[in-house]
Amino acid sequence: MHIVVCLKQVPDSAQIRVHPVTNTIMRQGVPTIINPYDLFALEEALRLRDRMGGEVTVLTMGPPMAEDALRKALTFGADRAVLLTDRSFAGSDTLATSYALSMALAKIGEVFGPTPIIFTGKQTIDGDTAQVGPGIAKRLGLNQLTYVARICDLDAQAGTISVERRAEGGVQVLETRMPVLITMLEGTNEMRRGTLDDAYRAARSQIVKWSAADAGITELAKCGLKGSPTIVKKVFAPQARAEKVQQIPTSDLSTDALAASVMAAIFQKQPALEGDLLRFAAGQ
Amino acid sequence: MIEERFDAIVVGAGPSGNAAAYTMAKEGLKVLQLERGEYPGSKNVQGAILYADALEKIIPDFREDAPLERHVIEQRLWTMDNGSHVGMHYRSDDFNEERPNRYTIIRAQFDRWFSGKVREAGAVLLCETTVTELLRDTAGRVIGVRTDRGGGTAFADIVILGEGVNGLVGQRAGLRPELKPDTVALAVKEMHFLPRETIEARFNLKGNEGVVIEAMGTITDGMTGTGFLYTNQESISIGIGCIVSDFTESNRTPYGLLEAFKRHPSVQPLLEGSECKEYVAHLIPEGGYNAMPQLYGDGWIVVGDAGQFVNAVHREGSNLAMTTGRIAAETVVWLKRRREALSKANLSEYQRRLEETFVMKDMKKYRKIPDFLHHNKHFFNLYPKLLSGAAQTWFRVDGVDKRTKEKQIFQSFRAGRKLSGLIGDAFKLARSWR
Repeated sequence: MHIVVCLKQVPDSAQIRVHPVTNTIMRQGVPTIINPYDLFALEEALRLRDRMGGEVTVLTMGPPMAEDALRKALTFGADRAVLLTDRSFAGSDTLATSYALSMALAKIGEVFGPTPIIFTGKQTIDGDTAQVGPGIAKRLGLNQLTYVARICDLDAQAGTISVERRAEGGVQVLETRMPVLITMLEGTNEMRRGTLDDAYRAARSQIVKWSAADAGITELAKCGLKGSPTIVKKVFAPQARAEKVQQIPTSDLSTDALAASVMAAIFQKQPALEGDLLRFAAGQ
Repeated sequence: MIEERFDAIVVGAGPSGNAAAYTMAKEGLKVLQLERGEYPGSKNVQGAILYADALEKIIPDFREDAPLERHVIEQRLWTMDNGSHVGMHYRSDDFNEERPNRYTIIRAQFDRWFSGKVREAGAVLLCETTVTELLRDTAGRVIGVRTDRGGGTAFADIVILGEGVNGLVGQRAGLRPELKPDTVALAVKEMHFLPRETIEARFNLKGNEGVVIEAMGTITDGMTGTGFLYTNQESISIGIGCIVSDFTESNRTPYGLLEAFKRHPSVQPLLEGSECKEYVAHLIPEGGYNAMPQLYGDGWIVVGDAGQFVNAVHREGSNLAMTTGRIAAETVVWLKRRREALSKANLSEYQRRLEETFVMKDMKKYRKIPDFLHHNKHFFNLYPKLLSGAAQTWFRVDGVDKRTKEKQIFQSFRAGRKLSGLIGDAFKLARSWR
């Protein structure tokens, strides 16, 4: 079985900064990671492959540096990586992204064999829209299973798959026919380590790089900024809250003096507390 | 298990491991390099000064694309007491040369660049892969490594251990003893960000010129150690380190020392208004020649910090690491070309070659210094105080005649340390230095 996982390289949100003037995310110099939700999709795909046989292809659209994310996915055990990269994709919103990816997915099916299952994470941590997965499904005419928590059963012969889907108010058990697009929920599995051989293979393998033309995309008007009806009207950083932390220098103080200064700082902010404590102590 | 067999496995992707892997890969050897960090440099800490000469011998045109911060045109040596410092500054326009001699660098960036060169040369690098054990054949020869990844063995004709200061692989394999607390320093460092122009104005610099400050004195509170402050393009690296056993005895904390160093009136204005964005700590092997382990054996070689290759007096380490890495690699290439076994006997060529370079010559020259400084703490406490006091007496104009001032200074030295002590210290220092 040939499974494709769509993943995205995103800035590590733990280390992200917002430009003080333009309010846009400063991506330069910020370490990148694979979108964490996509890792649950990748692990689920690898488990299916290990159980059923076949191979896992990872696909991403992004700048040339997105190769790092793909190589990492290969280190985890994916068999093949395709990087869709072209200047004409710059500025894509979810509509343009799902168009480009769906074309590339169709091409992957042609070149590397049909793909009964396509995985994505439930959303990315930088865009947070959760639109690209369903967008791909719609464009490719696939059944879609979103927010999947568990794959219950897969019958390759009958071409059916059943999953648990987390929905408001409960869990739905759904069954559908393949080909299918699944978006995986977080916390559903744990990413594997990747064997030494996986790591070695990943370090040495060639990543397939496709331009728009390579992926069979002819309608460039549907790509990038041109193909993106979404307009970002304004971006603003939330107001930082007033400082809540008070630092007390410790190096010159004895333990008792330090304790006293901590108490003093607390009582200063909460004047009633001192009296309450004293009364409580007196009552004991 | 990786089916393919390698000419060499290099453990670690720091300066020594990269130098070794690069040199061998460029000569056409099949090299596998294993690094436990997420990326090369993610676990590495240094001040950091890059000494061009050592790298030039490996990558002659490194200046074209290496991430360099500033070339050093001024060296300041400070002895400090609590409120002052006596400094010796050497600044020269000669250091504004076409191929500058020393640069400040940021290791996380530099190591990634170096690693890129290693991979371009053809070595295969696997990150997030920790070597857990050396594999030996029945004759005890090292033939490969086991890693912490599934199915994790790989085999090669030689294993080059560039695993850094606390190299557990070599320790576990019994190739060298555990680190001793009195031969290793613990250093902490912060990166303080400031606008380019501010740094240039504060340190009297233009363009990519840089200043280096090395400091000793009461900042280490009587412990054997030094502080430093290096100018990068848009940040200042400031740190301090002392011998681990001194920390244990004194109960002082490294971050406490660094905080006090930063608040020192000679330092504080240099950092004013900066934003601290990074705090790191690392061990530095400072035991010198006497603490050096066996450097080679059947199928293995040790390079860099793992071999205690640090010249603590001159603040040199990464250049020794690169040079030992290069020479180890050249030795391996040479033996392979001659179709000779990578046996202990043949690998003694590595040490022979090292003896001919500054590496071993300097290690030997300063062999007595670590022990000397460890047992003569007044060089870190008393003398800086006396020196500062003398300078103040000398420069303050207060109606006291100069002959009396000279007497006062002399008496302050004699009161601090008896004449015999003064002469003895001078004599001992000179003898250790030789």
